[in-house]
Parts: sequence; C-alpha cells; structure tokens
Amino acid sequence: MSTPEQQISTAIKEAIAENDVLLFMKGTPEAPRCGFSARTVAALETLGAPFAAVDVLPDPRIRQELSALSNWPTIPQLFVRGELVGGCDIVSEMYETGELAEVIGVEAPDGAPDQAPVAAEPAAPPLTIENNLQGRTA
Amino acid sequence: MPTTAELKQRIEESIADASAEVVDLNGGGDHFRAVVTSPAFAGLSRIEQHRLVYAVFGPDIGGPIHALSLVTRAEA
Repeated sequence: MSTPEQQISTAIKEAIAENDVLLFMKGTPEAPRCGFSARTVAALETLGAPFAAVDVLPDPRIRQELSALSNWPTIPQLFVRGELVGGCDIVSEMYETGELAEVIGVEAPDGAPDQAPVAAEPAAPPLTIENNLQGRTA
Repeated sequence: MPTTAELKQRIEESIADASAEVVDLNGGGDHFRAVVTSPAFAGLSRIEQHRLVYAVFGPDIGGPIHALSLVTRAEA
C-alpha cells in the first residue's frame, strides 16, 4: 500500500507527463486565488497557448509533494514537456523576451503586448465571497 | 516579521559577492521582491539562479516570507 503522499506524488508525475503545458496554481484559470498565479495565467492566455492547470489549494499535500519533486518552493509552477520552466517571475521575463512562446511552440498573436500582462497587483488578496452561514443562528 | 534589511543581509552573506536590492511589495512584511546580482549566477539557467536564492531562505519561503519575487543577474 502506498501512502496518500505517495499517491499524490504519483498523480503529479502523471499529470506532468501527460500534459505538454501544465500549470500548478492557486485557484483556477477562471478564478485565480493569487496575483502571481493570475499573472502567469494571463501570460499564457495572451499567447493563446493551450494549457492544463492543477489547483494546489484543495490539499496542502499537493504543494508539498510538488515542491519536493520540482525542488521549487513557490506556486505557480509551469511545466512544459515535463520540464519545470519556472514561476511567475521567470514566465513573465520569458514572455517579454519571446522565449515563452518559443518554448511552448506557439506564435505570439499580433497585438500581444510586449510587457507581460498584469492581471492583478501581485500581493492583492483574492476577491472571494465565502458562504459562511453554516452553524450560525438566525 | 522579516524586514527588507534582513533579507538583503541574508542573501549577501550566503551568495558569493552578491548585491541585493529588496523591497516590501505591500508593506506587510511578507511579500517581497529582490533583485540579486552575483557572479555566482554566471552560466546558470534562470531556474538554477532562482533556486540559489530560494535556498538561502529554505522553509522560510512559504512560511514567514509568503512570497519572494526574484530578478537575478550575473553581472551588474
């Protein structure tokens, strides 16, 4: 029997192997929960690059096992064809030099901005409305 | 709570001939940006350069240092 951690680690390795462009992020591409993840999604979407995404927030062990595998402490993490490309800083830098499009194998669309798109203030708290009514007395 | 001066000092003490400029991104003492210049980065990929800086802080990244945004340069 493998431990839950080993199962998560195996699932992460499979996801990296199965998806040419895979982003581990906080939240989803539609609803990022961190400015750095939002900025990385924006760079990929501006290039029109198809990518898969894994939300690390539902279970802290996903982030723990991912960082152990990748030797990279922070989220987001972008993998292209099995290799770690980097986090938000490196992805933004590579967007601006054109390397990101090159590595992924897409053409930057006409009119794509030279500067990496800023989706949100890096440290802006996520805008969330939580339904926290459970257990409250009316 | 870590300070910009503390981060700068730790980077400059740990990486050979490094100079670091550190700013607190939101004034909250947990989101930082560092521009680090060191000849130790020469010949390394960006990933490897950033790993050297992250290694200075170990588990503090994701702990008291919630986020550390990096720009690394081999030459000033």
